[in-house]
Amino acid sequence: MDTVIELSGVVAVLGQFPALAGVDLSVQCGEIVLLQGPNGAGKTSLLRVCAGLMPIERGTGHVLGIDLATNREAIRSRVGLLGHANGLYLDLTVMQNLQFWASTVAATASEVSTAMSTMRIDGRLADVKASQLSAGQRRRCALASLIVRRAEIWLLDEPHAGLDAAGRDELDALLRSAVASGATVVLASHERDRALDLATRTVTIDGGGAA
Amino acid sequence: MSTTGISKRRVVIAVARKDLTIEWNSRILVNQVAPFAAIVMVLFAFALDNDGILQRVAPGLVWLATLFSMLVVIQRSFTVESADGALDALRVAGVDMGAIFMGKTIALMVQLFVLELMLVATAVILYGVEMTLAGFCEAIVTLVVATIGLGSVGTLYGGLAAGARGRETLLPLLLLPAVAPVLIGATRATEAAFGSGGTTVSEGWPWIGLLLVFAVLFSAVGTVAFGPLVDE
Repeated sequence: MDTVIELSGVVAVLGQFPALAGVDLSVQCGEIVLLQGPNGAGKTSLLRVCAGLMPIERGTGHVLGIDLATNREAIRSRVGLLGHANGLYLDLTVMQNLQFWASTVAATASEVSTAMSTMRIDGRLADVKASQLSAGQRRRCALASLIVRRAEIWLLDEPHAGLDAAGRDELDALLRSAVASGATVVLASHERDRALDLATRTVTIDGGGAA
Repeated sequence: MSTTGISKRRVVIAVARKDLTIEWNSRILVNQVAPFAAIVMVLFAFALDNDGILQRVAPGLVWLATLFSMLVVIQRSFTVESADGALDALRVAGVDMGAIFMGKTIALMVQLFVLELMLVATAVILYGVEMTLAGFCEAIVTLVVATIGLGSVGTLYGGLAAGARGRETLLPLLLLPAVAPVLIGATRATEAAFGSGGTTVSEGWPWIGLLLVFAVLFSAVGTVAFGPLVDE
């Protein structure tokens, strides 16, 4: 399997405080890696470093072969980071939201259609405004946008937040399906038992370092 | 797939179309902003209550009403971006911020232009303003050039204020002083177009030149500075 994320001794600083203190992490293509650790341990910072949003101060890191130290902005368009917000336009319908994302990356109508059916937001839901969707449906719409954008690595921060039990089951199934289609998933979740079932591997972050 | 490989023009069109679709879906401009602008014009008429004075100051009132209404349109333009973290998502996805600036500016310009046409029509009907054909042509050119300037500076400052606490009050504080040159230039050019106070059409063109300089300057600055400002 190809290594898609390779971090060695990575130090990152948030303001004046160290957010990551010498993290080593290696993720292979097709894995579902769970980051676990207490609040403030650095899970979100690690996801942001992997997304090319946060600079590294020391150490070396490569994501999809791209050097984090010298070219991290090039990583952004190849990974999808989904935080607590879904990144949707609430006055646009599901279809219009995905068509917008598709037009920013020159994705085809059939790719949009595939993403919608994969995330089960096609049919009646396609013409519903995002503001009228349930939390779970919005989450599915946000994940569909990652498919449309052809994100190779899905970086998910608390993806189960705000979902009911059925929605969480559905999300897990969708993530397994995404991995089967070639994506790699790195997620941070406080839903420990659920996430352990989902993950192929766990990495513990404590005090900004990974173990 | 890298968005850097996608033509900038494609992203500009996508963003402009998206903002206009949001307006079409929500009808905020038609149902809220336009009535607000019309009410401002009517209140000016009540406050001044003299046909001679109203005809003299009509150009200034049109542009003041435009600026007040523009604040609402800009707030709305960035509220839709921040409501569910959409602008952040675009930034995270590496979409060209200069292209986002241009797309949002075009959508804002279209909405402002519609609003300005309505305000000029209101001035003609309510204040009894009369125009020659040459004056009408000059008024249209003034609207177009001033709208480019207002759209650019409005989008730039809207993006700057979007991430700040108290953005609702911060935006007018930042924006209104910055658009003072447009208010002055557009008012003088429109006075010439309307023939207010005995001015002639030819007196308006130097002011349109000033508006053009402002429009070019802020379009260029906005395209370069929007990304770093939003990042901050």
